[in-house]
Amino acid sequence: MNIFLRSMTPGQQVGLLFVLVFGMLILVTAVAFGLSLKDRHEDDLHTQKLKEFNALLSTSWLMTTVFWVAWALGETFATVLFGFVAFFALREFITLSPTRQGDHRSLVLAFFVILPTQFALVINRNFDLVTVFIPVYAFLAIPVVSALADDPERFLERNAKLQWGIMVCVYGISHVPALLLLKFPGYEGKTAFLVFFLVFVVQSCMLVQHLANRRWPRTPVAPNVSKSFNWRGWALAVGVASLVGGMMAGLTPFQPAQAVAMALIACVAGSLGHLVMKALKRDRGITNWGSEGRSITGATGLLDRVDALCFAAPVFFHSVRWYFGL
Amino acid sequence: MLAKIMSLFLLGLIRALTGAQARWQGCPPKAEQRIYFANHQSHADLILMWAALPAELRSITRPIAAKDYWTKTPFKKWITSAVFNAIYVDRTKTSEQDPLEPLIDALTNGDSVILFPEGTRGSQEEPQAFKSGLYNLAVKFPGVVLIPTWINNVQRVMPKGEVVPVPILCSVTFGAPVALAEGEDRASFLVRARQAVVDLREK
Repeated sequence: MNIFLRSMTPGQQVGLLFVLVFGMLILVTAVAFGLSLKDRHEDDLHTQKLKEFNALLSTSWLMTTVFWVAWALGETFATVLFGFVAFFALREFITLSPTRQGDHRSLVLAFFVILPTQFALVINRNFDLVTVFIPVYAFLAIPVVSALADDPERFLERNAKLQWGIMVCVYGISHVPALLLLKFPGYEGKTAFLVFFLVFVVQSCMLVQHLANRRWPRTPVAPNVSKSFNWRGWALAVGVASLVGGMMAGLTPFQPAQAVAMALIACVAGSLGHLVMKALKRDRGITNWGSEGRSITGATGLLDRVDALCFAAPVFFHSVRWYFGL
Repeated sequence: MLAKIMSLFLLGLIRALTGAQARWQGCPPKAEQRIYFANHQSHADLILMWAALPAELRSITRPIAAKDYWTKTPFKKWITSAVFNAIYVDRTKTSEQDPLEPLIDALTNGDSVILFPEGTRGSQEEPQAFKSGLYNLAVKFPGVVLIPTWINNVQRVMPKGEVVPVPILCSVTFGAPVALAEGEDRASFLVRARQAVVDLREK
């Protein structure tokens, strides 16, 4: 079996991965559909759980399809696609952060100069600049534009919010296609597996954490931020996801021990980043970027889906590059 | 043909920038003769309301456009007439012609109309006091349904004085119809209509 798998070209291997993932999704969807047909439960709690599960399933379908389209159409197209995801995520973030007229020029700069430049740098494989462009150059440029707009009211707060939005939505998301474009010696054409590794490990961590907090609820560490986050559940999730990462070492250019370490780094960054985003949302007074009902802004909750990834991707990318000296 | 392409392009653009979400709170998107009156904050209001309407209503609803501004260049004239099918209205009152006449013609023809009763773009959170055009039309056309509309967030997309729009999610909320009461005078009707628009803001 191993020999058969290794004898395939990288393109075929990644294709096989997608077949497996889609197959699993089809199976789960079919089972869920079958169960819903013979659903005899009438209580609201069951319906609510079912709704959440269906939402999670449709998100998984959407994400898998997006990734598959991105991979099938080549690296440049994939990066452009992620650029659009970053665009819509930033749009959602800015909508829910009150800005003033003086911020307009800074916002134009953020959406139409910084975002395209960052993704163009990714396509060009200027990885040093990808890591440094936003934290250094954009960080300094945005307040300058804002100061020139001549509005000092809540200046620090407004600029900080904009910087945060750019960091999370643009910088974070841009590191996922950057991972795709890394050139590992002897690993050509298989960087899609690395992206899959990152996404799968981070999502498993979030899932295990969610289930662990449900099954073994403990006193929350920061109840005003998250009603369920506790260290035991977190440690379990990070541990399990790291082991899952270790098992996937064959897909990656890492040795099993390295894969566990990399997965650990990604999970810690992702799960703690998710907590930070929760705090941000609480500050804004909302529970999700796209609240359950239809909010007046029309936000659909795109940012909710990708926020853990936004924190994990830059950390993971930098660790990989630093460790392998790429 | 070119107008069709342009309208598809503009629809795509406004949806990518703002989402253009329609929220039909007080009435369904029915193809009856209506006057939609909304708060006015930016030039994007016109296109946002236009994009928020479903395709069937878009073809029978004509937005109002200030003649002095929108006929200045051939491109502006073409956009507002061929793509939006707008009604040109003179903002300055001339002695020969009633400024409302184009609107009256359109309503007599059976078209639905989008109106901005403030008369000009506002820059405050709340809309300014409504001008009397809405009242006069309500008196002349008692059969037309008056729908208050709140356009949310659009002043952040393109504030007065700016040219480049910023992507921010916007929505258009359509409220319950406001009807002219028996013997109601102009001032109280306009206040009531304005309040109906403001009330849609928070929900």
